Amino acid sequence: MEARITLQVDGEPRSLTVDTRTTVLDALRDQLGVTSPKKGCDHGQCGACTVLLDGRRANSCLALAVAHDGAEVITSEGLAGGTPDGELHPVQRAFLEQDGFQCGYCTPGQVCSAAGIIEEAAAGHPSTATEDLQAEGGIDLTDAEIRERMSGNLCRCGAYVNIVAAVRQAAETAAARRDGAANPEVPVVTDSPTAESMPEHPEERA
Amino acid sequence: MSKLMPASAIGTPFERLDGELKVRGTAPYAYEQPVENPVHLYPVLSTIARGRVERVETAEAEALDGVLTILTAETTPRLADSSDRELAVLQDTSVGYRGQIVAAVLAETPETAREAAAAVQVTYTEEPFTAQLHGDDPALYAPEELNAGTPTDSSQGDFDGAFDTAALRIDATYSTPPEHNNPLEPHVTVAQWDGTVMTLWDSTQGVHAVRGTLAQVLGLEEEQVRVIAPHVGGGFGSKGMPHVQVVMAALAAQVTDGRPVKFPVSRQQMYTLTSHRTPTIQHVRLGAADDGRLTAMSLDILEHTSRIKEFAEQTPAPFRMMYASPNRRTTTRLTPLDIPVPSWMRAPGECPGMFGPEVAMDELAAAAGLDPIELRRRNEPEVDPETGNPFSSRHLLECFDLGAERFGWENRVARPRSVQEDGWLVGMGTASAVYPFMRQPANTARIRYEQDGVYSVQIGASDIGTGSWTALTQIAADALRVPVDRIRLGIGDTRFPTASVAGGSSGTASWGGTIIAAARAFREDHGEHPSPGAQTEAQPPEDPEAADLALYSFGAHFAEVRIHADTGEIRVPRMLGVFSAGRIINPRTARSQFLGAMTMGLGMALHEQGVLDPRFGIFVNSDLAEYHIPTNADVLDMEALWIEDRDEHAGPLGARGIGEIGIVGSPAAIANAAYNASGTRIRDLPLTPDKFLT
Repeated sequence: MEARITLQVDGEPRSLTVDTRTTVLDALRDQLGVTSPKKGCDHGQCGACTVLLDGRRANSCLALAVAHDGAEVITSEGLAGGTPDGELHPVQRAFLEQDGFQCGYCTPGQVCSAAGIIEEAAAGHPSTATEDLQAEGGIDLTDAEIRERMSGNLCRCGAYVNIVAAVRQAAETAAARRDGAANPEVPVVTDSPTAESMPEHPEERA
Repeated sequence: MSKLMPASAIGTPFERLDGELKVRGTAPYAYEQPVENPVHLYPVLSTIARGRVERVETAEAEALDGVLTILTAETTPRLADSSDRELAVLQDTSVGYRGQIVAAVLAETPETAREAAAAVQVTYTEEPFTAQLHGDDPALYAPEELNAGTPTDSSQGDFDGAFDTAALRIDATYSTPPEHNNPLEPHVTVAQWDGTVMTLWDSTQGVHAVRGTLAQVLGLEEEQVRVIAPHVGGGFGSKGMPHVQVVMAALAAQVTDGRPVKFPVSRQQMYTLTSHRTPTIQHVRLGAADDGRLTAMSLDILEHTSRIKEFAEQTPAPFRMMYASPNRRTTTRLTPLDIPVPSWMRAPGECPGMFGPEVAMDELAAAAGLDPIELRRRNEPEVDPETGNPFSSRHLLECFDLGAERFGWENRVARPRSVQEDGWLVGMGTASAVYPFMRQPANTARIRYEQDGVYSVQIGASDIGTGSWTALTQIAADALRVPVDRIRLGIGDTRFPTASVAGGSSGTASWGGTIIAAARAFREDHGEHPSPGAQTEAQPPEDPEAADLALYSFGAHFAEVRIHADTGEIRVPRMLGVFSAGRIINPRTARSQFLGAMTMGLGMALHEQGVLDPRFGIFVNSDLAEYHIPTNADVLDMEALWIEDRDEHAGPLGARGIGEIGIVGSPAAIANAAYNASGTRIRDLPLTPDKFLT
């Protein structure tokens, strides 16, 4: 059986006909060519397919496309502003600086999940690591909170130490922006070397 | 003596050059390579462990809309060489293990392919099978040799006599379970046959290895096989050799009139189709004088293999060279079972082979009343005890000394079960790490001057998360004496010159050494101011001196363990690894590799266990919900440090490889800490809570 649906994918309306058995993940990857969300298990066990579905992180392999007609889907690619040379999202910048990945296959899911937990914590959603469930306002993303909330995203390369550091950095950036301590137009994170800014060879400098 | 190349970009902690693509998710992995109008393959797997397929009923499946064809042993194209029975898919009706491909559906969509596969009915004639490793199996045999050409057995001096008269004796049996590599990117092959060239977009640790094997089994010239893998989502050994899905996809591509065939192996199918680490039973005997100095050591290993294809791990290798003792012996025996084919998993040999012995050393330290580090100090060999060759660089004790200082080892209470905090038993443990230096032959690199100061550097190397894109760029920049942004690296494609597999922690040294050789040859050919288009291909020189040296990396692991006194829950709040692995090319990515391997070691210690049901011959916990790997919340305070030694015998790079040593010894350090915490000596991995509730 087939159905005609529209998904808002990274800001673009995309209409397509799906087999009613097709997941959001397969609709994105096989039909729309949006391959930023990855398939690591297809059973909601690894988190590599995590996207922001109507603003909340979700395993897109567990969501049937036909049940999400009209939904907004943000992938890691879309977080960066949608264009190939668009500026990286602060979460992505932090993953790059902290080396929060190795093979990169779980990374788009980790990035979406991290962006999601920063919003969830700011909105006061508790986790099992939250000590004071009565507290008003946002929840401080301690390392224990980050580890707990990010544990639905498996990384076989074992980049967890650096993932926690990256999420901590991104959360601090987001908090600083919320507090008005930074100009939202300017990324708070400082640049570290990239291909463009790598130092020249000493012999060439001489 | 080879002279170390001066470093400029080398040693700088550059961010990953492929990092922006990875965090956006736009780096194309194998399944994501743009192909037109693909056909989707879904396999039908055997439901018996041994026997024959009698009949494959496909009518119901073929009647579904969108099914193109169903391949069976009758309809599948023939291979030119079907001697490798792991790869000889659908070449006959025999079944060698449960979960083997017995048919394959080709359909217009993945959903249809899967539905049709479920509708295929297969009838079998079953034969008796065995699927359990046990020590008194009469089928146990001595393989001709172990992986990597390692001798099966070894013996020096008089072990029996020395052990019988030793003042201190440890005689214990340890075990490690089957483990699954589980790279996050499942194995996948996309194959397209245009009648002349077979193009394979494959998730592999070595494009040329895939090309060589596929050319042979398909009966093609190597030039007729192109393999492409610019980005690979982890491998940990299981993508080191081509497994059956590559051949299956290539055969299917011969019946689709040029349309590409996509065969993504599902997570569950990986547990049978794409290899695992053999379980090990390790009988360790250590004899020592009162002062802890070893006088006798033996290691007898039992493992399983598959009846259809032998894999014999070199598990005793590290035991043979780690500590000094005049009397020593090792044996390895295998049981052939009717199970999926085992193969490489991160540090095959060294990783399991440093579990039993390193726990036994902890037991000997306790018996001798010595600190475990002091015991290792007293047994430090002056030369490789197996060969008598001097070590090019052996800094094991420096690793222990630095680690002990940083970890606060002096706070360890030697008597076990002495520290309790809020209902948790707390302890510390340590263990040694070792990994051999390997450089693979058969590497060639091509360097071409483009223009405006830009050089193309091409070699069919792979980046499986190791950071090769970045590290090889740094090496090429220093080799050509230009800034890194002048290097255009090309890897992961058989269009580039031949490269060895990313395995054995040999990639950076093998490929990097080749790039250095090519850069030298390029400068000799074309000078410092080449014309656009100037090009040189070169192979690295032979390094005969290395044959007379023992080249190894070393390390020391430290772990703190907390075990809940009432529930047996076990946590590892702190881990520290200190390594001596020669020159570090990129400190940022190197630290990640060490930490990642230690994390996998944490999984091996606490979680990982493939449960092979002997009644059915199947791994019953075949997904990530039931086969547990570490999650974020399992990893607490973990750090990796290194002592950067100058090894002038490890090629012009002096880098001995870092991909595997981090997992070697880390499970033993955790097990030893668990003993120190609880007073319970667990000799069988993993260290699950029930084992502490005695």
